[in-house]
Amino acid sequence: MERSLLRYIWRHTCRQQLWILLVVAASMVPFFLAFDLPKQIINGPIQGNGFEAPDERQPFFRITYDLPVIERGEFFTGIDLDRQQTLMALSAIFLLLVLINGLFKFYINTYKGRLGERMLRRIRFELVDRVLRFPPNHFKRLKSAEITSIVKDEVEPLGGFTGDAFVLPALLGGQALTTLCFIIVQNVWLGMITAGIVGIQLSIIPRMRRRVLELGRLRQLTAREFSGRVSEIVDGIGAVHSNDTSNLERADIAWRLGRIFSIRYDLYQWKFLVKFVNNLFAQVTPFIFYAFGGYFVLIGKLDLGQLVAVIAAYKDLPSPLKDLIDWDQARQDVQIKYATVCDQFSVEPLIAQSVQALAGGPASRLESSIIISNLTLVDDSGAKLLDEVSTEIKPDETIALVGAAGNGAEAFAEALARLIWPEFGSISIGGQDLLDMPESITGRRIAYASGEPFLLHGSLMDNLLYGLKNAPRPDAAAKDEQLIETERYAIEARLAGNVDFLPHRNWIDYQAAGADGLDDLLHKALPTLEDLQISNDIFGLGLRSTIDTKEQPTIGERIIELRGSLRKRLVDKQLDDMLIPLDFDRYNIQASVGENLLFGTWSQGTSSDLAMITHPCFQHVLHSTGLDRSLYGMGFEIAETTIELFRDVAPQHSFFRRLTFMAAEEIPFYQARLSRCRGLRFEHIPREDRASIIALSLAYIEPIHRFGILTEPLMNQLVAARKLFHTDISDDIAKLIDVHDPERVTASATLLDNVLFGRIASQVADADAHIQAIVTELFRAAGLYENVLSLGLQFDVGAGGKRLSLAQRQKLNLARALMKRSDFTIFNRPLSALDQRVDEEITRGIVQRRNDAEHASTILWVLSDPRVAQIFDRVLFFQRGSLMGNGSYFELAQSNAAFRDFLELPSDHL
Amino acid sequence: MLSDEVQTLREVPIFSSVEPAKLKLLAFACDRMTYRKGQDLFRQGDQGDAAFVLLSGTADVIVSSASGDVIVAEVGRNAVVGEMSALCNVPRTATVRATSKLEALRISNDHFLALTGEFPTVASEIMRTLVTRLSKTTTELVNARLPPAPD
Repeated sequence: MERSLLRYIWRHTCRQQLWILLVVAASMVPFFLAFDLPKQIINGPIQGNGFEAPDERQPFFRITYDLPVIERGEFFTGIDLDRQQTLMALSAIFLLLVLINGLFKFYINTYKGRLGERMLRRIRFELVDRVLRFPPNHFKRLKSAEITSIVKDEVEPLGGFTGDAFVLPALLGGQALTTLCFIIVQNVWLGMITAGIVGIQLSIIPRMRRRVLELGRLRQLTAREFSGRVSEIVDGIGAVHSNDTSNLERADIAWRLGRIFSIRYDLYQWKFLVKFVNNLFAQVTPFIFYAFGGYFVLIGKLDLGQLVAVIAAYKDLPSPLKDLIDWDQARQDVQIKYATVCDQFSVEPLIAQSVQALAGGPASRLESSIIISNLTLVDDSGAKLLDEVSTEIKPDETIALVGAAGNGAEAFAEALARLIWPEFGSISIGGQDLLDMPESITGRRIAYASGEPFLLHGSLMDNLLYGLKNAPRPDAAAKDEQLIETERYAIEARLAGNVDFLPHRNWIDYQAAGADGLDDLLHKALPTLEDLQISNDIFGLGLRSTIDTKEQPTIGERIIELRGSLRKRLVDKQLDDMLIPLDFDRYNIQASVGENLLFGTWSQGTSSDLAMITHPCFQHVLHSTGLDRSLYGMGFEIAETTIELFRDVAPQHSFFRRLTFMAAEEIPFYQARLSRCRGLRFEHIPREDRASIIALSLAYIEPIHRFGILTEPLMNQLVAARKLFHTDISDDIAKLIDVHDPERVTASATLLDNVLFGRIASQVADADAHIQAIVTELFRAAGLYENVLSLGLQFDVGAGGKRLSLAQRQKLNLARALMKRSDFTIFNRPLSALDQRVDEEITRGIVQRRNDAEHASTILWVLSDPRVAQIFDRVLFFQRGSLMGNGSYFELAQSNAAFRDFLELPSDHL
Repeated sequence: MLSDEVQTLREVPIFSSVEPAKLKLLAFACDRMTYRKGQDLFRQGDQGDAAFVLLSGTADVIVSSASGDVIVAEVGRNAVVGEMSALCNVPRTATVRATSKLEALRISNDHFLALTGEFPTVASEIMRTLVTRLSKTTTELVNARLPPAPD
């Protein structure tokens, strides 16, 4: 990066800077004309100078300029006008000049602003571009929050400075110089003294300011570290809590803030000291004028008129000078900021730009072997990860990389994926060094997945297709107005040195995945998703999303039909105890008392049990059926049992998770409530206590809570109340409830709930899984499987994919790598979060599918379980960074002692 | 119902020393699950997330090896299974499969650990069970490894 900010700005904006200088120079003409005009108006038409006779006329528009040094001049002899006409004409000119000045100012300011914003855009883009090109090992030393704060905040003043970088010093320097020349012309000695003092001022003040700038730099660094620490606390909050180190963090933050405070305070002291000295210098000059100039006038060596003229001229000198010094201060300030940013971003060796060049066409297949010769890898501390490994990887091979964790297999895989760069030795394909190959080949023809998946914030689909978005595809459907808009965007982007392609165009390379469109792609990807056992998860997500029957008519139309098939299937398989259907005439034992009473879902969000119970409509129903007494009795018993159970349990205890109807901190309140109400007649119980005790009963589900208090008569009473409630229902509450209707789809419920139309029996082991399996089967039979799957792919995975489990993230990451149909596929313990059994099943499935495929990719797989290596063509066995075995599994298991030891094979095996 | 479950838990040796009120709390915190004949409570190699107390019915403990599946034990009412994974986070060492209609209380790992922390007697009971099992296993191993006696 260019180290000097001024040079950097000049290089990228010299033409614009020259233009703005020119415009500023041009703007000076009307500016000075407007200065002179009021005098002319007052002296001329108003006071009557030159209009002494009533009908005297004066030439108008005789433009004269009155600048120092150069004598008065004349542009135009003008038209003759009388006194009133001249007043009006001059005033009109004044108005015109004001307008012109305003427009000039407007143009100059917006131009400078745009120049600055463009520069800011350029710098920010360049910084992020460099981040994209940092060598991989550099990221181990980076804190993302610090980089973010540099790109976002620290370069901000650089943009503001750009507009003034050359214009301001030219303008102010010109003004100061003109004044100085004028003084010298008036009196050489006084002029020299002034120049001398200005010289001292210009040389001392910046020197003093160096300390200020140094402090400014420190302030920037400490603030950056501070933001890094804050983000570290946020990211590692779990570790802080589990180690009781919150006070250590507090101390650290307080210490850092203290440092920032003392730096900033020091900064203020220096700043105002500099100001004081500066003002002093500015006032010393007039002192010299008065004292010595006056003395020379007294002894007759100096003309009084000259002294007055010099003093008057000097009035105009300090302000541009001060501005000039301020500009210099700003320059040094941003220069230092810029230099620290440069330090942070000048990383060597940067990945060459050509490696990441945009390549639109399909990448050619890698058909030659990967030759690894004397590959040595070291970690940050210099310890060897891999020591002089040489081998060849032929196309169409499947290779298992085996070894204990940290013994070299992972590092070998990472080196092939270019995530670690070789210390010695090389990796080459077809005679070309792997590191020199463009990413448009390696990124598309080599796939890599490790156990630490990176997911973007977006939908599952976005993440799955991430590896296919290498270059924007031509968009045939673009409209003309869009084209114009795009073109305008591209021009502006190029002016700021940004790339001009748009991110929201179609980027997906369907061809690479062997498909001709999105639906086809999904269809083609399905077997992979099945192999990875993630299609079920995605399908599940689809089932658990609410559907808009208008947007998904294909699914919406058939939900009712599927309800019937599910019921029939369960009865056929004698599994009908797993799902208790919703029936308006029967109590559903698997649903809570409240759900049974309501027999529907709230159409807009949910409503708490307490809110429901206090609604007048429910109050009426409960009262008229006598249910209020029964439910109160039930709630009372629940409260009593709960308090008995949890009285002595600490509020953080894991048992409290089970207690869904009462929070730990509510227990004392209920305790007080019970002792208040015990023995009171129902009518005398305070309304509030009654409501909160009845609300407890509404959350009760017999098979889960098992207090044994839900009796048959009570259930019948509840069903009767439900019927009464729904016949007498008022319109305003009816609107809020979607009643369970066997013939209708409930919009506010999930797709699954709509199909189940019942409650899964919680006590039947694996009922969830069984029913989901049957539902999946039904959707498949109905030809709707892929529709639901694509519904599930719309699921938002959250920041960093945190809404998915680690296992799901790993599977998705693997699926993403497989989507590209690359020539070399490298997996680095990609499924470490899975059970060993599932990991093995998936590994076998993928290798099998690869073996059956037409264009088979070379697979290199770092295995968690070495026994799975049997299904691979070849095994590379690593131990302590060395390649200790290279051959088929059975060869190694027979003849390689180290490998046998590693597998813990008994000596008489085979 | 909770009270029945407490009765059963009291008959389980490792919980015998725990006061009834605590057992009721434990029962409340657990899931009561039903299994059909042939259904697995858990499978060998999976990550364990819970221990089970059998309330009724019977089950086989099956270990699969290179030479096929071997039934190593049969368990019934009051038996505790799956506590090894619940205690120390190792994959399941065996499969437990219901051989009749079966009911069990499912105690999740953290509940189980909390219990052993609160009641040292529970921990020592568990230790006793494990040691008994280990010594049995060792004996069997020795027997298996001994060269066949000369004729």
